[in-house]
Amino acid sequence: MSEAGQPPKISMRNVKKSFGTKKVLNGIDLDVEKGESCVIIGGSGTGKSVTLKCVLGLIRPDSGSIKIDGSEVTEMDNDDRDEVMSKFGMLFQGGALFDSLPVWENVAFGLIHGRKMDREEAHEIALQKIEAVGMGRQVGSLYPAELSGGMQKRIGLARAIAGNPEIIFFDEPTTGLDPIMADVINDLIAKCVKDLGATALSITHDMASARKIADKITMIHEGKLIWTGSVKELDNSGNEYVDQFIHGRAEGPITKHANMA
Amino acid sequence: MSFFATVGQFSAFAGLSVSHVFRGPFFPKNFSKQIVSIGYYSLPVVGLTTFFTGMVLALQSYTGFTRFNAESAIASVVALSITRELAPVLAGLMVAGRVGASIAAEIGTMRVTEQIDALRTLSVNPFKYLVVPRLIAGTLTLPILVLIGDLIGIMGGYIVSVHVLGFSAGSYLSQSWDVLQPIDVISGLAKAAVFGFIVTIMGCYHGFNSGRGAQGVGAATTNAVVTSSILILVFNYILTQVFFS
Repeated sequence: MSEAGQPPKISMRNVKKSFGTKKVLNGIDLDVEKGESCVIIGGSGTGKSVTLKCVLGLIRPDSGSIKIDGSEVTEMDNDDRDEVMSKFGMLFQGGALFDSLPVWENVAFGLIHGRKMDREEAHEIALQKIEAVGMGRQVGSLYPAELSGGMQKRIGLARAIAGNPEIIFFDEPTTGLDPIMADVINDLIAKCVKDLGATALSITHDMASARKIADKITMIHEGKLIWTGSVKELDNSGNEYVDQFIHGRAEGPITKHANMA
Repeated sequence: MSFFATVGQFSAFAGLSVSHVFRGPFFPKNFSKQIVSIGYYSLPVVGLTTFFTGMVLALQSYTGFTRFNAESAIASVVALSITRELAPVLAGLMVAGRVGASIAAEIGTMRVTEQIDALRTLSVNPFKYLVVPRLIAGTLTLPILVLIGDLIGIMGGYIVSVHVLGFSAGSYLSQSWDVLQPIDVISGLAKAAVFGFIVTIMGCYHGFNSGRGAQGVGAATTNAVVTSSILILVFNYILTQVFFS
């Protein structure tokens, strides 16, 4: 618990997870304070996604503690879990839009089914959120398959923020987008998180995105967080793993280690 | 060992699914959509299958029975085989191919594209939203399909007997009607309900546990059809034993 008396919004302690004999998370410790935007960077297969899914409750860790607002979530029953879930919004890597439903119903899905809101009311909120991510209201009646990748990401963002979540998760928000659309998404993320006053936890390997949306950056390598600091400190981290990653060098301790293993 | 692990995993999945059948919230819109896609759209394929089976049964039993001057038994053979065995089993197998495959492919694709995770982050239980409507729709509509299949199959036998083999229409119908006991039809419908459950639960199970990518979804679809077809034949034997011995 911090000195102000408020527990961190997200607190992970010694979280471990293996799949078969492969140790994916090897003791993750992370605190994200209320209103803070934390970005986890790291290469593919280092445990970024698994970390995010453990916090979300989509994967149950083998051991360790995960607290949301000070309450332990790893051993919650389903009803309490649902209550915690209602604080969350999540932008999936591929959008994960429901292709059987029109765009507006995708955005309104959590409101209609999770919060039992009246359809008319949810429809109106959905259209407002679609406008908030810079698209016209008429997009609401299209189907996800009719949208481009960038538009799907924006609708995914609209769905993530529709329930005014306290914590928003972003899984590789700019992957697969052209540089300009990536920047549009980054701006939208920064704006939405600020407007909602939400806490954000993102994973990415796109450094431009990380620099733009993060207050705090932490690097994961082989299932452990090996460096944490502010965006300003990133270029003088003094950590050769971080240096190799942010400059995208093929040669360095990360690859050397991987080749030996 | 891995066989038992799979059986255990499946049992847990089925138990969890059934437990959600009795606990809300329910999704009536999804349910009615599934009734249409599982029941209504399977009508042509079930109708055609039972129609031609009834026809061929009449033709074949005629060839056999003329040797013993027992042509009059054709109506009974058609009516009994269709209602007790062929309509439920063939409808079950056709629906396994049509519906089981599409359920596994749809849910598998939703798994692969993280739509199932997305449901959970939106506080909607994927069992209640995806599995329960399909399970109930499958278990309720297959008996209805089989009842219609019974009628169409007997009609197929009638058409061949009366128009090809030259039997009298009145005696064929009265023979069919006389030989049929309620248990013949009821056992067939009970089988159909079980087969409907098998097809939908297998589709959902394999879809939920689909591997990654196009190959994973393809394998899930194949497994759903193969396992549900085999289970239909196994349970057909077990249920026949229960009803008629």
